[in-house]
Amino acid sequence: MTFIGILFYAFLAIIAIASAVAMLLNRSAIYSALFLVLNFATIAVLYLALGAPFIAFTQVTVYAGAIMILFLFVIALLGAEKLPGYEPLKGHRTTAIVLALIFVVEVILFLVFRNQGIQPILALTQDFASPQQIGITMFTQYLLPFEVVAFILLSATIGAIVLTRVEKPTNLDVARGKK
Amino acid sequence: MPTSYFLALSAIMFTLGILGVLLRRNALVIFMSLELMFNAANLAFVTFANQYQLLTGQIFVFFIMAVAAAEVAVGLALMVAIFRNKGSVDIDQMNSLKG
Repeated sequence: MTFIGILFYAFLAIIAIASAVAMLLNRSAIYSALFLVLNFATIAVLYLALGAPFIAFTQVTVYAGAIMILFLFVIALLGAEKLPGYEPLKGHRTTAIVLALIFVVEVILFLVFRNQGIQPILALTQDFASPQQIGITMFTQYLLPFEVVAFILLSATIGAIVLTRVEKPTNLDVARGKK
Repeated sequence: MPTSYFLALSAIMFTLGILGVLLRRNALVIFMSLELMFNAANLAFVTFANQYQLLTGQIFVFFIMAVAAAEVAVGLALMVAIFRNKGSVDIDQMNSLKG
């Protein structure tokens, strides 16, 4: 691994972790959402390095594009509330940080000891994860899950509409004299 | 670059997501932390797809993204409904079911 390569990956990792921490610490929800967009874009670059161009561009369009715009719209709609910074439970913050530290050390030790024989990332051929190959796999081997995902999206759309609908009095209610 | 580098980055991002869920009280930020955890899991999937030269990991990431989009649509709708009821997205005030 050349020096430039190590520098490149270290730079990406620092941006990814720093933007995640900034998202956690920022008091304003709008800034949190924008830092999360930066994090998603950085992860998309890592996907490109791992030989997954289709997933990288889906990440940018679907996650950083569509989902985060939805978040920003809702934050703008709900008034970007800044909550007071006191602790609701005593010692709850310290406990959470200690538990998270234990968790991350445990997971990284597990990864190091479990994957002793692991190789460096491979330089894949051009057509390994091309949109064509992804399409062929998705519409032959994974056709049923694809159709199920279509129904999940349909039910989510209907659910979102039903949940946000404002109850208006119908003609029948008016005729019966209800409010 | 060794594969364990990507896995460690994924583990750190997942833990930051957990910390966000545990520490923040704004329900929208908790939701964003969930997205961060989804993303960390996706990174691990793509790393292993690279390691084992299998396309299945990447297809799985695609499905995770679709389900996450559905989850965000329903979750944000719930958030708007709760805000209409309570006038706030502070999770400490969502305790009507507490006995």
